[in-house]
Amino acid sequence: MGAVRPQTLSFTEPLRFRSGAVLDSYDLVYETYGTLNAARSNAVLACHALNAAHHVAGYYADDPDNLGWWDNMIGPGKPVDTEKFFVVGVNNVGGCFGSTGPKSIDPRSGKPYGSSFPVVTVEDWVDAQARLADRLGIASFAAVMGGSLGAMQALQWTISYPDRIRNAIVVAAAPRLSAQNIAFNEVARQAITTDPDFHGGDYYGHGVVPRRGLRLARMIGHITYLSDDAMMEKFGRALRSDSIQFHFDVDFEIESYLRHQGDKFSEYFDANTYLLITRALDYFDPAAAHGDDLSRALAAARARFLVVSFTSDWRFAPSRAREIVKALLDNRCDVSYAEIDAPHGHDAFLLDDARYHALVRAYFDGVFERL
Amino acid sequence: MTGQEEGALSGRSDFQAIAAWVRPDSTVLDLGCGDGLLLKYLKQTRNARGYGIDIADANVLACVKNGANVIQSDLERGLAGFDAGSFDCVILSQTLQAVRHTEQILLEMLRVGREAIVSFPNFGRWDLRLQIALGRMPLSPELPYEWYNTPNVHLFTIADFESFCRGHGIHILERVALNRGRPVRTLANFFGSLAVYRFEKRR
Repeated sequence: MGAVRPQTLSFTEPLRFRSGAVLDSYDLVYETYGTLNAARSNAVLACHALNAAHHVAGYYADDPDNLGWWDNMIGPGKPVDTEKFFVVGVNNVGGCFGSTGPKSIDPRSGKPYGSSFPVVTVEDWVDAQARLADRLGIASFAAVMGGSLGAMQALQWTISYPDRIRNAIVVAAAPRLSAQNIAFNEVARQAITTDPDFHGGDYYGHGVVPRRGLRLARMIGHITYLSDDAMMEKFGRALRSDSIQFHFDVDFEIESYLRHQGDKFSEYFDANTYLLITRALDYFDPAAAHGDDLSRALAAARARFLVVSFTSDWRFAPSRAREIVKALLDNRCDVSYAEIDAPHGHDAFLLDDARYHALVRAYFDGVFERL
Repeated sequence: MTGQEEGALSGRSDFQAIAAWVRPDSTVLDLGCGDGLLLKYLKQTRNARGYGIDIADANVLACVKNGANVIQSDLERGLAGFDAGSFDCVILSQTLQAVRHTEQILLEMLRVGREAIVSFPNFGRWDLRLQIALGRMPLSPELPYEWYNTPNVHLFTIADFESFCRGHGIHILERVALNRGRPVRTLANFFGSLAVYRFEKRR
């Protein structure tokens, strides 16, 4: 994939959220790769997870180091081949990379939405994505794909718009968060909301950002993305200097790494968006409306599925993916499930793994044949 | 042609026999589905809605390439994710001799499936008996492996299998013995190279 450019579309038809809140108008920032064919049948939507956005593949001409978050998966000759498919990446509503979110100006007040931005759910995101598809002339996606929270969006597509998605690629996913998953999110949110610079979410007017909170949120998140083994392999107990220093500043490499990740993240990510996205994760639970029966929740699904998990992912372990597979089997959906023996933990869905990528490539060859 | 390639080809000889017993439009679960070609064949010939189970990465990839549904899972750990009676037919094609928990898997097949089909190489065929009588572990197109590299852990004969069924409440509905792809009319355990059975739980 060469240099790419983000684009923006404005929507003036109000978007009604699951909470009942309404966004009268909004912008969505998106990127596309490849060419939509004449039949408009080769579109693929790549959904982002917690800390990514619409920049899925390629780089920017003025920022050649800024590679898309799934650039190893999507591009010419890649597993999702942009010489065959027209791939769309979009920053979700509530985001902080150009789509309307808490740091955008609320036209009613002339000030940033801040704490008044509605709590957004996976269902709401999918609705907004469907509006984007309408505007792009995409009646049905050949595939909707994502990892982690992105996978939840792919799953929700098969429920909300069963006739508009032909394949769902669901990677490193869970059908809903466990108590432990929610607990980690709550620690992250508490870190942000108790930061004195948070100002109840309306920090924009104070010329500050809750940097300390964001930093901690990112640090704890990062721990859950990696496996114990991967972290040990990468950092071990290696020290920054020759010996321990008998202080509370950085001694171990892992401390330095986490601080660096936290610092970097707090420079570019909006704290309110972090709160919204972790909440969307918490609230995602398609089975809840069907007596906690995921099979009934997926009864409407018509898509074919590829479900992939990673053995070392303790955040969304393979057993969680199997819950999805079981529900799909109950509904006699076409589904293939692979459990990739990878050491990297939850982050594996973003990494280059020959077996994983070969599988996605083979699956997309089939998607292309069935176009 | 090497022994192994010949074995792979004759491995397809049970497809027709199996397909003949799979009812049109039924749901099938193929345990140890390999490359998924049996599932593909059953879809083409019987419009069966099928899923395969296999543990090997290479087989999961091959199934996806062949457009067959596959669930990566270890058969030896049972079919815990599958509800009782959730499939019309559970198939185990030329895999029974390679599983460790033979008893458990056969009973699991009849828990999950309303009926089951197995095929296996018959260790009782005359040429194999002869090779043993001459003091060597036998080789054949269906059993192409040397003693030191075989994946097979439980070799058995048609007579052994039927005795097992009698002892485990399994009711045999149909049997076909094939000799290099052709049905054997008499002395199945002596002339058959491959046996295919359809069976259910004794009611």
